[in-house]
Formats: sequence, structure tokens, C-alpha cells
Amino acid sequence: MKADPVGVRTGTFYLDGDRAAAEGAIAAGCRFFAGYPITPSTECAEHISERFPEVGGIFIQMEDEIASITAIIGAAWGGARSMTVTSGPGVSLMMENIGLAAMLETPCVVANVQRGGPSTGLPTMVGQADVMQARWGSHGDYEIIAYSPQSPQEAFDFTVKAFNMAEKYRTPVMVLLDECVGHMVEKVVIPPADAIEVEPRRLTDAAKGEYLPYAYGDDLVPDMAEAGMGYRFHVTGLTHDERGYPEMSVRCQDWLVPRLVAKIRQSADDIVEFDEENADGADVVVVSYGISARVSRMAIDLAREEGIEVGFFRLRTIWPFPEKRIAELAKKIKAFVVVEINLGQIFYEVERCARGQCETLLSPHAGGGVHDPEDILKVIEKGAKAK
Amino acid sequence: MRREIRITGFGGQGVILSGVIVGKAASIYDEKNATMSQSYGPEARGSACSTQILVDDKEILYPYIRESDVLVAMSQEGYTKFLGELKADGVLIYDEDLVNPGEIKKGIKAYPIKAQRIAETDLGRKIVTNIVILGFMTAVTKAVPKEAMVEAIKTSVPKGTIELNLKAFERGYDAFREGAGEQVEEGSGARSGAE
Amino acid sequence: MSPKGIPEAVIAAVSGEEHPIAPFLRMDRMPHIWCSTCGIGTTVKALAAAFEKLGTDLDKVAIVSGIGCTGRVAGYVRLDSFHTTHGRPIPFATGLKLANPELDVIVFSGDGDLVAIGGNHFIHAARRNMDIKVVCVNNFIYGMTGGQVAPTTPLTALTSTTPYGNAEPPFNLCHLAAACGANYVARWTALHVRRLTKAFTEILVKPGFCFVEIITPCSTLYARKNRLGTGLDIMKYYHDNTVIEHGADPAEADIVFGGPIICGKFVERDRPTWLEYQDQHLTERLGEKYFRAKALQEACER
Repeated sequence: MKADPVGVRTGTFYLDGDRAAAEGAIAAGCRFFAGYPITPSTECAEHISERFPEVGGIFIQMEDEIASITAIIGAAWGGARSMTVTSGPGVSLMMENIGLAAMLETPCVVANVQRGGPSTGLPTMVGQADVMQARWGSHGDYEIIAYSPQSPQEAFDFTVKAFNMAEKYRTPVMVLLDECVGHMVEKVVIPPADAIEVEPRRLTDAAKGEYLPYAYGDDLVPDMAEAGMGYRFHVTGLTHDERGYPEMSVRCQDWLVPRLVAKIRQSADDIVEFDEENADGADVVVVSYGISARVSRMAIDLAREEGIEVGFFRLRTIWPFPEKRIAELAKKIKAFVVVEINLGQIFYEVERCARGQCETLLSPHAGGGVHDPEDILKVIEKGAKAK
Repeated sequence: MRREIRITGFGGQGVILSGVIVGKAASIYDEKNATMSQSYGPEARGSACSTQILVDDKEILYPYIRESDVLVAMSQEGYTKFLGELKADGVLIYDEDLVNPGEIKKGIKAYPIKAQRIAETDLGRKIVTNIVILGFMTAVTKAVPKEAMVEAIKTSVPKGTIELNLKAFERGYDAFREGAGEQVEEGSGARSGAE
Repeated sequence: MSPKGIPEAVIAAVSGEEHPIAPFLRMDRMPHIWCSTCGIGTTVKALAAAFEKLGTDLDKVAIVSGIGCTGRVAGYVRLDSFHTTHGRPIPFATGLKLANPELDVIVFSGDGDLVAIGGNHFIHAARRNMDIKVVCVNNFIYGMTGGQVAPTTPLTALTSTTPYGNAEPPFNLCHLAAACGANYVARWTALHVRRLTKAFTEILVKPGFCFVEIITPCSTLYARKNRLGTGLDIMKYYHDNTVIEHGADPAEADIVFGGPIICGKFVERDRPTWLEYQDQHLTERLGEKYFRAKALQEACER
């Protein structure tokens, strides 16, 4: 399905990542936004509040982030494509209901413009320390899809993708911007509506009275009904059977939760996206994402000047993690160098997938700024000396 | 070639809009890559504020200023804060009614202008001080072609003010071309700092 | 009621016929989890009766509940129904309603859910005059977790976490809702089935934030801990101690342990709903640029 031209502001713009994400959402058909102001994400909400009246969207500033995430889940069941945007403290508040969205299998998008943490941390400065929270933040077992744009252009592109994946897999999807990308202004090209693919909602065509909200087929994703369609369905955050009715049993838990996880895992090849450059045949492969990926490439250039064979692996999606490819590369190289603005998060994922086949080294940064390329270079040099 | 530009001033001077205009001119109307970021936090809500613009033929990989090539100062506070990051042979542009540069290090090419006075007296609108100084900067640094700057101004300022802003830009631009004022020292085309 | 005054449910039970509100319920989920003499079932019956009276298109009704005993209502009604997280049915309902304004969205939940953990949402939805109907079953206690003190527990009452008696003043929910701007505020008890049904018929056609508080017996926990007798004793208490006073100032309608319960329709007014105000304001400000303006125009012409 093509995007609705009403929401697509085709053209070339000079936009920050926050506003580019907002345009991506509108282009993808987002027509309900609930949010709460928090630096450095607020520009996204502001932009949507300005644009929505012209495109038929409903913008509401809620009383807190808990209300915001819950309202977008409600809106999704009312038939809207919906989104909220926030940053660290707000994401922490949203976590319980991100779990609700996963449990009810609600398509919706949460953008997190990451700042330095923990707690109030560095509101106006960059961080990338929420990537594990994005994966594991709500209690219980579930899978998540998360994108990591490195530029305002990608903030647009990946937000469109996020909406599509949310619909395709009926899951909350996160767009993990960081403050640097969110606040950076750069050229953004918004294509014409007929060049933007939009995933339609998988609505049921069951006869009334025969609809089972959680019956599924091979792709493990159930068809959805929206309130008011006449199906009179029930959904609950409790463990539930295919009728959507609560059932407190091991049998039902075992029927439900492994599928919630498997519907994402078995489609990882469809979801996972990464960029790779000269990774085959390299001694060291730098793994990075978001703004750190851009800075890493400076360090890679410096290392190549020194004659080190360096490859580059950039995560476009962070979750699901590109386990297969990292495991393959681990057999061929001396070391991975993980560059991220935290003290080791994706680092442990890479190490897990490498299974000891090569060294995994971290180039950490506690947050508030980006790495000095020279600091990354030192870790690359160390990796090149690994056995 | 990568060029790093810092524009600083106080709230209400249109510092951020200046950054948007330069970045947009370079990236949209001059086919280069350009990122713009602004300072955030309490400082951005009140007194001092600043914007950094990075212009490059290649993709911009490092998103912040490491050593600025150009510092445009419209406030004393901003000047003091950001002078240290200016390259030893960098270009300093300042409004001499608003900034007392003190002793300028040798090597720095300094270009004073009375941008606010031009805006207020000649154009009758103090609000276009930033555009006057952008015109001046364009003439001095040639960091972005004049035509690109003009296009960027047209698409960035409020509709009813385009003419006024373009006039302001031209006045600033000409302020350098005419070689007017005391800012140009013999030979170098700029006033070099005292020893 | 049948002509002879025998409750229809009794006739149905004796005759083996279907209960008259069975079509409204998910009978495949019976029996329900509620205790004998709990008042929640009565409130659900009253809602069903209101739908029947109004001839409501039940395909366009959605019920949203939170967590707790009353939170289970969403699971038993044969409507589009959403059992959400603790305290959050109001923001969920807000999103649902705004995404599809054709729906009648009813929040049906308990006092702990709506005004303790969900209190912030409650006051803001009332302030906005969001077009949702909020039904609060108030039994003065946390039932599902075993009888802990609630923000509605009267002073001195015993609960499992106030073993020496509650020393915190409770909320007066009707006063709270009225002060925050609700369009409709009423209080009844589980004894007042007919009046409660009437209140439901009123809120179902009344735009804006409508709030009905229903004082309800929890004989298993609240009554037992406070030696208030059986469910029937509590009903007698309601009968003897209710003061019906329509239009009473809700500020004067505090609930005191062992005191009278002031009931009635306290507030009925016509502030514009959130969406009405948005539409009006944005049409004024943006004219034809306001996307919904055209749809609204067409709706008016129809």
C-alpha cells in the first residue's frame, strides 16, 4: 500500500532528527500522538502538534508518560496508527505499558531520543545507554524491534519502517534516536507519497461470532480487529487463550509467551538490517550504531592509514540483534571493537554471539558527548594485535 | 574540505536561525554536506546561545566542532566562551558594538562590523542584525556561495520579511566588499591580533 | 421485573430459561470470580438494563477496565472490551475514543484503580472533559489483593494495612470529579438499582466526562474486617442511611464511617468536550486548513 499523500510533505528540507522522525510518522500514516514534554525529544511532539491539524491527526499532550503510552495503545485499538516520543526517564515510566502493548500485540511506535543517564542524568546531552532497556525494559519475556538512525534522513526513513514493522508483526517498535541525531539539523529528502510503502493493518475478515483474537497461522501473527467493527472481542494483559480470555495456567502461558517471542525471532531475517563495509577479510571489525557509527568511521579511516585491515558493521536495527552475521564474522577476524555511548551494552551482545571465536573489545563513553576518534583508534590498534 | 563555523550571541538575536540559514545554504543550495546543532539547556532559554555549523564536501562524520575555522560573535559572553576553540589562524567576525575582543592572538584574522548599528540605523530594524552579519561573513569567508545564502534566507525567514532580510544581507555583504571602516589592516585584508 | 414482582433472574433460574442479560455477557466465562453478595454484578446488570432501555448499538460500545475486582468487568461483558494495566484504563479509553469518536467508551473500574494509582489520569480526563463515561465501583478497599487501605477508606476503618484503623482522610470522589470539571457527577449505592440504571441511561447520551460512583459492599473483606455483617446487612445499611439529595453540593457529601451516604445526581452541565473544543478552536484558527473541518461540515449537512 502507498502512503496517503495528505501526510507526505514531499521535498528537500533542512530538518533536525526529531522533526524528521515526526515527518516519517506522519508519512507512514500516524494519526494519533500522545506525549509528554521531555528534552531532547520535545521538538518531535511540537512538530506533530503543528502538522496534525492539517492532516486529520489527533495530538494530545497527556499528564505523564504513562498516560501517553497507554493512550497510544488505546488509539491503536480504535483504528489509528499511533506514536509517542520521549527520552530516558519517560521511557522508564512507559515500560509497564510497553509490556502491555507487546502482550496485547498492539502495533504502535515509541521513539526514544536517548540522553545521558541514569536518572535525570544529562537532559540536553547525548547518550546511548538505553539500548538494553529497549530490549529488556518491561518485565516478562517478549521481543522488541528497534531501529537506530544515524542521521535526520534516517530518522525519517526508519520511523516509516518502524510503523510498517509494527503493523506487520503487531508489536510495539522503538526508534532509538540519540540526542545528537535528534538535535542535529541536516538535509532530509522526503520522497513522493507513491514512493513510500506503507504496511496495511492486518485486519481480520472472519465472520462475526467466529473471530478468535489470538488464533494465528504460520507467521505466528494473529489478525487484528478494531473496536467498533462488530466483533465484540476481549483482550487482556493477563495470560490469555486464543479467545483472548484470561487463563492462569502453565499450559496457556506455554501456548502464548513462546509465540510472542518466536513471531519476531523466526522473522529476524526479514527485520534485521545492517550496513557492512570490508568486514570480510578484515582483522578488526568495528561494530557501532546511531551517531557513534558516524564517529567510528573517522577512526576507521585513521586506522587504515596505519595499515590496519578494518571492517565496519553498522546496526540499522538493534533489535532483533544480527546474531547470525556476527557469529560468522567472529570466525574470520581477530577482534570486534564495539563503539557505543555507554559502558558496555551491545558489547555484551557481540561478545555473546562471538562465542570466544575472536576478541571483543569495547570503546566506551559515559555519555554527554561523542567519542574522540583517537580513542576509538587506540582500541582498534589493540584489536589488531589480538591473536 | 571541512569547515567548522560557530555563531554565538544572546537569545533573541536569531543565532539559531543564522545557523539554519548557513547550513541550509550549504547543503540544499550548494550541494555540500552541512550539519547544524545548537546549544541546549538553560543557556539556550535565556542569555547566551550558540550554533555550530559543519560544512564538508564529504559526509560529516564528527558532529561537533573540534577546532573552529570561523567564529561569529554577537555577544561578549559568547565570544569569551568560544574564542578558545578558534583555530590559531581562524577567522573572527564580531559586532564591535557588542564585543570587546581585547587582545587578539597573532594569526587570528579578525573582522569587526557594526552589524547591529547598520540594522538599527540604516534598515530601521534591529532584528535583522544577524542577517547583516551573515552577509558580512559570506563576503569574508566565502564558506558558502552568496547565491546559496540568498536562497536559504528566502526559504527560512517569515514571508513578509524576505525583502528586508535580503536588504540586510546585502548591506552586510557590501560592508566587507567596500572595505569600509577601520577593520581592514594594510596588506592582510584583516586586522591581525596584537603581539 | 415480571408483572408479579418476581425478579426475572429468579424466574429464569427456576424455569431454566436464559437470563435476560445473558446476551450482554460472555456466558462462556461464567461463573465469574466475584464473591457472593459482592455488588459489582449488580452494577453490571444495571448497565445492561440501561443499554436495553436505550436500544444502544452494542457494536459501538467499548468497555475499558483496569486491574482489581471491578477490573474484571471488561472480561465478562460481550462487547469490545479491554482489560488494561493497573490505573490506566482512563488514558487507554482516551486514546480509543479519540481514534474512533463514534464509539461509546465506558471505563468501568474500582476506586483503587481509578483514584489511587490512576488518580492523575482521573483528574486530567475530568479537566479536559474527555468524552468518556467513568463508572467507579467504590467498596472502600483493595479487594483483589486482600483488603488493604484505599484512598477511599473512611477514617478509622480497619483494613489489612491499617490494623489499628485508617488515619488518612479519604477522597470524596464526587467532589473531586466535580471540582475537576466533569459534565455529570452522581453517586448511588448497589442497592439503588433502578436509579443507577437511570443514571447509566443519562450518561450514555450525555457528552463529556461523566462520572458515576457506586458505593458497593465488599462483605468478604471490608465488612468482615469492620464487623458490618453480611451482604444483606450492608444493603439494609444502605437502605436506612442513604440520603437522596439531587443537586447537593458534592463538597458536602463526604463519606464518614458509620455515617449517612448522600446520594443523587450532583452535577449536570454542558462544558464542551475535549474534541468539540479542539474542533471549534482549530476551525476558527485554521479554517479550511483544519482537516477535520471538512468532515465536520459534511456531518452537519447530513
